[in-house]
Amino acid sequence: MRHFLYAAAAVAAFATPVAAETIAITGGRVVVGDGSAPIEGGTVVIRDGKVVAAGATVAIPSGARQIDATGKWVTPGVFAGFTRLGLAEVDAVNGTNDKSGGRSGFSAAIDVAPAIDPFRSPFAVNRAAGVTRAVVAPEAAGNIFAGQGAIADLGADSNPVTKARAFQFAEFGEEGAASAGGSRAGTHLHFRAMLREAQDYAAGRGTFDDDLLKAEDAKALLSVLRGETRLLIHVEGANDMLRLMELKRDFPAIKMVFVGVSEGWRVARELAQAGIPVIASALNDLPATFEMLGATQSNIGRMKDAGVQVAIGMINDRDSHQLRYTTQYAGNIVSLQYVPGATGLTWDEAFAAISSVPAEIMGVGDRLGSLKAGRAADVVVWDGDPLELSSAAITVIIDGVEQPLNNRQNRLRDRYARPTEGDLPKAYDR
Amino acid sequence: MKSNLRWSILAAPLALMACSNAEGPKTVSATPAVKPTEKAPAPFPSTYKAYPGVATAIRNVTLYDGEGGKIDNGVVFMSGGKISSVGGPDTAIPAGVNVVDGTGKFVTPGIIDIHSHLGDYPTPSVEAHSDGNEATSPTTPEVWAEHSVWPQDPGFSRALANGGVTALQVLPGSANLMGGRSVVLKNVYARTVQGMKFPDAPYGMKMACGENPKRVYGSKGRMPSTRMGNIAVNRQTWIKAQEYKKKRDSGKEYTRDIGMETLAGVLDGDISIQNHCYRADEMAIVLDMAKEFGYKVSTFHHAVESYKIADLLRDNDVCSAVWADWWGFKMEAYDAIPENAAILHNTGACVIIHSDDENQIQRLNQEAAKAQADGRRMGFNISDADVIKWLTYNPAKALGIDAKTGSLKAGKMADVVLWNGNPLSVYARPDKVWIDGALMFDASNPKIRPVSDFELGQPGEGDVK
Repeated sequence: MRHFLYAAAAVAAFATPVAAETIAITGGRVVVGDGSAPIEGGTVVIRDGKVVAAGATVAIPSGARQIDATGKWVTPGVFAGFTRLGLAEVDAVNGTNDKSGGRSGFSAAIDVAPAIDPFRSPFAVNRAAGVTRAVVAPEAAGNIFAGQGAIADLGADSNPVTKARAFQFAEFGEEGAASAGGSRAGTHLHFRAMLREAQDYAAGRGTFDDDLLKAEDAKALLSVLRGETRLLIHVEGANDMLRLMELKRDFPAIKMVFVGVSEGWRVARELAQAGIPVIASALNDLPATFEMLGATQSNIGRMKDAGVQVAIGMINDRDSHQLRYTTQYAGNIVSLQYVPGATGLTWDEAFAAISSVPAEIMGVGDRLGSLKAGRAADVVVWDGDPLELSSAAITVIIDGVEQPLNNRQNRLRDRYARPTEGDLPKAYDR
Repeated sequence: MKSNLRWSILAAPLALMACSNAEGPKTVSATPAVKPTEKAPAPFPSTYKAYPGVATAIRNVTLYDGEGGKIDNGVVFMSGGKISSVGGPDTAIPAGVNVVDGTGKFVTPGIIDIHSHLGDYPTPSVEAHSDGNEATSPTTPEVWAEHSVWPQDPGFSRALANGGVTALQVLPGSANLMGGRSVVLKNVYARTVQGMKFPDAPYGMKMACGENPKRVYGSKGRMPSTRMGNIAVNRQTWIKAQEYKKKRDSGKEYTRDIGMETLAGVLDGDISIQNHCYRADEMAIVLDMAKEFGYKVSTFHHAVESYKIADLLRDNDVCSAVWADWWGFKMEAYDAIPENAAILHNTGACVIIHSDDENQIQRLNQEAAKAQADGRRMGFNISDADVIKWLTYNPAKALGIDAKTGSLKAGKMADVVLWNGNPLSVYARPDKVWIDGALMFDASNPKIRPVSDFELGQPGEGDVK
């Protein structure tokens, strides 16, 4: 029986997605994801791939398939704030690793969208853990501009990209300096010079030179310069953030988002004033580098208290494979509320930091990231508190389509639940 | 006692011939000849002394004893640096001692991480601090991790305050087949590494299977460049170790070789083998190699495929030190599954949750909880008390310090964590941590929070972390 089920599920995983159903999920503790308190015994109705309504008094459309979530939690899917999902199957096996395109000779023009492979196993593994959307960024190599990232969905289909060229990604701080000649002075000079070249390119000036940019790179940067494409910048240290905020004054149209931000609490007031949102690494608390001397897990709570818009991300932290850590990280930030002197988030705020807030920061909050009417129907039913270690996703819906939760890992699990061979070698056991 | 024998060095100027072949460990030049009857004291002895504590009883607490036992509404009483008594609500508490009300809280033995590089790969992670791999020869049994440990690593304080870690094994890295001696530390800051060394803890020796040694040396155009090369170099080296041991035991004069001393210590059974090994098939080969040369593997570390041979590991009495769910970062980690620990436990094999990471050492309790939950979903119900054993008694036993720490038993070191909630919940953190009965962390008292020299005068000094 088990064998049959797997075969069926495997077919579903690679078939064209079935049409989105009308579904009513009833009786659960409903978390809208916008920071509001959970609704006990709520109903979530989805139709045509969108959320119709979520609340305590929602009518169930006739003909809707009903999912009984009594005793369960119902939430928007986890929106992983900063990842390299789909860009690697095995990080250390080069042929499967598409994170960095730096040796291509291009920089800002690099577009990760075609490299995001939904058949790579991190899709299925993290989908089963309730992650439904992810910000996917390229890695920088030899240039402060890494290229254009995407927003992806984790649906079991062949179209992973929700929004291509959703942002440009750049490295500042130590890593940026290393690729800009070895000094932060070089980082700022490169930044200004490349943007100037992009402007020259747009003006069709004969003065345009391609010392730093190819024409394709210039086009990509123009979109950043005009504020059409967000600029996500990896920056950890307080001084680097202050200097970037100064830089922003010279390029007021650029929509900056800071990523990593270990010392954000030290400049939280300035970040709030500048209106710069952050996608923060939740649990950095060690001086891993000299730009992270002030790292503390209370960083997110302190920034939030200062009025900064904060989502949780996981830059350079197993970010191609372990998106499933996102809920654990959010739970840890909640736990800080119970530690004397520490600053965390409330549960409701923490869940928003892994659902609606990253969507809003990326400019897609009207389409994704919560159970408000009109959002894409990314809904997860959990067997307990989704931030708790003992809980699991039991139903995952993406764009209104219920997803298979099988993957390579649970095939291996079932083969070796009893490790000793039976009548045939393990290779026959499937 | 055997531990004295370990240091009874017999040496003489009998040249370096034993190790003159290419693949042998580098031989350090002859040290002064010692007559066979002379005994050298243990070098770099521990100078750790327990800090003063006050007799303290924690009552009304949920208590996991580290050996699979659970007591509701329990009492643990510590005095003189030791556990004095552990029991239910009727346990006598002497008058006049410090009493901590544990209502709503949990007590466990101090967490023990069997796989850490704190100190030898400290933060900040700058090149000048990179002291964990003597990657200049595939076999370096002559190096000792303690000689790389920087006692000012800020990571020790995070492991204490967020992870409740009271003891840890610091290992050399895995570039080499034989990476050198490990050291077991008390998680107590000291001016010197000697001041952190766990008194009389046996040494371990790090070995490594698989990708790392063959990559590091293969890329230098030398042996080993394959898995078969890995095993060949190991076996050749063990043969030399057997010859060395024979000479040493012959009563005749011979030249000391500190690498060979470590290997002979392994063959004597005094130094445990701590073997980095991911793949099941390689573990099975290592077990046969150990039988060939007459040594025992204490623990396979990072053993992501242990679940495939859980029966073999159980039958050979070898522990698996594992992560909950690391996977896919390298080829030999491709078949890692989150149910690894649960399948091992269910098969009757020894499970340890380890970190190998300065961040996850702060959350070993959470990693164990995830592994437990993954087990439950496949029908293996492992009790909370058994899961705590993965973090306490099992690593203590694998390190040979289980008679002293790793569980809450009268007479053992008072290495105790009071958690502000169930340690298998994401919402729990250490409230207080005692090491040898001394209060070394108190979440309510910023003065009882260690700050390493490195962090003094820096942004965030003494901050909650």
